[in-house]
Amino acid sequence: MIYNLPYIAAVIIIILGIITMVTKKNLIKIIMGLSLVEAGVNLFLVATGYVSGGSAPIFTNAASLKMVFPTVQAMTLTNIVIGIATTAMLLSFVMVIYKKYKSASVTDLGRLKG
Amino acid sequence: MALTESLYTGFGSWNPLAWIVAFIISLLIAWLIWKLGESDYHKDTEQIKPYLSGNAEPEKGDVHVRAGNMYWGFTEALKGYYDILIPLHTGILTDYMIWFLCVIAIVMVIVIGGGMI
Amino acid sequence: MISDWILQNLPALLLAVPMLGAFATPLFGHVSDSARNTWVMLVSLATLVIAGLLTNEVLINGTLVYTFGAAQPSLAIPADSAGIPFRIIFTVDAMSVFMAISACIVGFAVSLYSITASKKMSGKDSFFALLLLMQVGILGMVCTGDMFNFFVFLEINSLAGAALVASRIDMGVAVEAGLKYAVLSTLGGLLVLFSVGLFYGQYDALNIAVIAQNMQFGMLDKVALVLLLVALAMKSGAVPMHFWTPDAYSMAPSGITAFLVVASQASLYGLFRVLFTLYNVTLDYVTTGWVIIILGVLSMFIGVTMAIPQKDVKRLMSYHAVSQTGYMLLGVGVGLAVLGDETMMNAFGMTAMQGGLFHIINHAMYKGLLFLTAGAIFYQTDTRNLNKLGGLGHDMKWTMLFFVIGALAIAGIPPFNGFESKLMIYESVFMFNPALSVIAMVVSILTLASFVKVFHSMFTGPRLPEYSEVREVPKPMLIAMGILALLVVLFGVFPQPVVDFIVTPAASALVDQSGYIAAVLGGA
Repeated sequence: MIYNLPYIAAVIIIILGIITMVTKKNLIKIIMGLSLVEAGVNLFLVATGYVSGGSAPIFTNAASLKMVFPTVQAMTLTNIVIGIATTAMLLSFVMVIYKKYKSASVTDLGRLKG
Repeated sequence: MALTESLYTGFGSWNPLAWIVAFIISLLIAWLIWKLGESDYHKDTEQIKPYLSGNAEPEKGDVHVRAGNMYWGFTEALKGYYDILIPLHTGILTDYMIWFLCVIAIVMVIVIGGGMI
Repeated sequence: MISDWILQNLPALLLAVPMLGAFATPLFGHVSDSARNTWVMLVSLATLVIAGLLTNEVLINGTLVYTFGAAQPSLAIPADSAGIPFRIIFTVDAMSVFMAISACIVGFAVSLYSITASKKMSGKDSFFALLLLMQVGILGMVCTGDMFNFFVFLEINSLAGAALVASRIDMGVAVEAGLKYAVLSTLGGLLVLFSVGLFYGQYDALNIAVIAQNMQFGMLDKVALVLLLVALAMKSGAVPMHFWTPDAYSMAPSGITAFLVVASQASLYGLFRVLFTLYNVTLDYVTTGWVIIILGVLSMFIGVTMAIPQKDVKRLMSYHAVSQTGYMLLGVGVGLAVLGDETMMNAFGMTAMQGGLFHIINHAMYKGLLFLTAGAIFYQTDTRNLNKLGGLGHDMKWTMLFFVIGALAIAGIPPFNGFESKLMIYESVFMFNPALSVIAMVVSILTLASFVKVFHSMFTGPRLPEYSEVREVPKPMLIAMGILALLVVLFGVFPQPVVDFIVTPAASALVDQSGYIAAVLGGA
């Protein structure tokens, strides 16, 4: 059970993020929810990469040969970078929308419909 | 003529070129029939003006049937269907996400539940 | 020498050329407008040529494996790795090149078109840079053999796409569409990444071939399947997750809309790749096949019925794009539903899949063409409202001709390409379930009906006084439309060579999971 704790935490964060995205009306809060989902996925990725007692794959003066590939760490870093780009773009969209619509509420964001 | 092979659908075949030839022949026949008629069209006469029972010709823009008037009968006949469908397209981002999550939930039940039955 | 080097590195070049092109575009933009335009066209053309060479290579020599960072690109498995390919590997099979070539053809036409059509816009440097980046995203998605890499390209694709959708701010409405598109695709992308994490946690691998070989179809795999399936179906615009499609398609600049169609199809490719290569018969193919079929039928029917009352020409066409996606889902879904049954597969499953895949390339051509004609109308009249348009056929004869070709093709009227793929879908689906085939035909009729409306309200009628100044669009835009129109007609008149040359290999490659695995991992 204790070993599954990081996964449970990750899934809880993802679900909280999704709930935020669906229930909040403010666009900024929706984007915060999206960032929460992303943080949860990142946590999940990092959690899958941890092997108890493993060390980084650096052979010089290695204490033990039980090593872990840093693949998920690389993946997480990539996703963080993608996440920053996405968040920045979304926030700039919200800025433009606020300027033009004089509102940042998702319910006012319905000029395209039908 | 390997390129002009018919399209084999596995059940039958369909030859586009044969179809085109048939089309051209029928156009040709139509043209011949048209050609047999008497030519009584004269440009630059009163003939080219629209005749609306002697009334004055309306503005050009009023003659054109606009898109909004087309398929009125169709949408009217399916009013019950459209009255439900169009309001579903609310344009609200939250609704889009709820639909997305609902489909995930439904497919999750079908795929995981389906395997257990 | 140099040609050998190019031939050996085709998969890498396919991405490197447009990526380099994208990042160099602002530099050329500093020199002059025409320098940048020439550069964009050169890059587009080079990408198209590379895609053509790669198609030729793959169709002759079979699946191509390209390993990044290895001493030899073909060395998928390093000698000391105990049989695990841990590098990023591109696995380019017939299905990949099929998608790549259609993306490159549309990409070329779109760049040619946009160079003229974006004349009135500001910020053209970033516009073209993003256009090329979007092409990188699409080509990466279809070529990669690595799940995480697929996610990265998916994100490149959606980010560039969303930025392009919002590029013409249009009182904020375009930004609204861009925001909706970006939020939904990011959420979908994160769910894809979550599934990738599920795979990595179980199989310690990101390579599609390795995951496919070890696939257990346990509980976690089922969760991953559902997340991937629904997220990618959402990205490709299947009903009832299609709501973003009309918003984004109608507000993007028209050239971009034509390209967004291809971007959605790349997600569709991802969906098929997941279903057929990653899972194949390990999944419950009847249930999953029916899920896809139901999504397809819903998309077809709701898409077309929503299109009929639309007033905005591009919004109308977007709903048709949703509806046509339904045909692809239907065809391939029928193939999936009979995947494990060899007699049914041979009897009609393969034909259904070929029809569905053939429809992808046909759709990319004629839908691209239709969006470009709509853009041409908008370019000259500054309105997309069908109620305001009329009488344009007098002055825009070429645009009208191209529109008619596209409209007849989408409605499935012979001898245009839409007919051939729909014929294949109708006949094979009829063997599976006649009711589905009947629905597909009804949808086709409704499609024709709604395009008759568009044709009537845009082109026929007397010359309207408010459009007395309207002239034919500039030559480059006409040429771009002409390329696509020519392909629509050619594919329609000579369907069998196209099917034999690219569609059948693509369908066979998609079904042949063991061939895919063997190409990467050796004959194991």
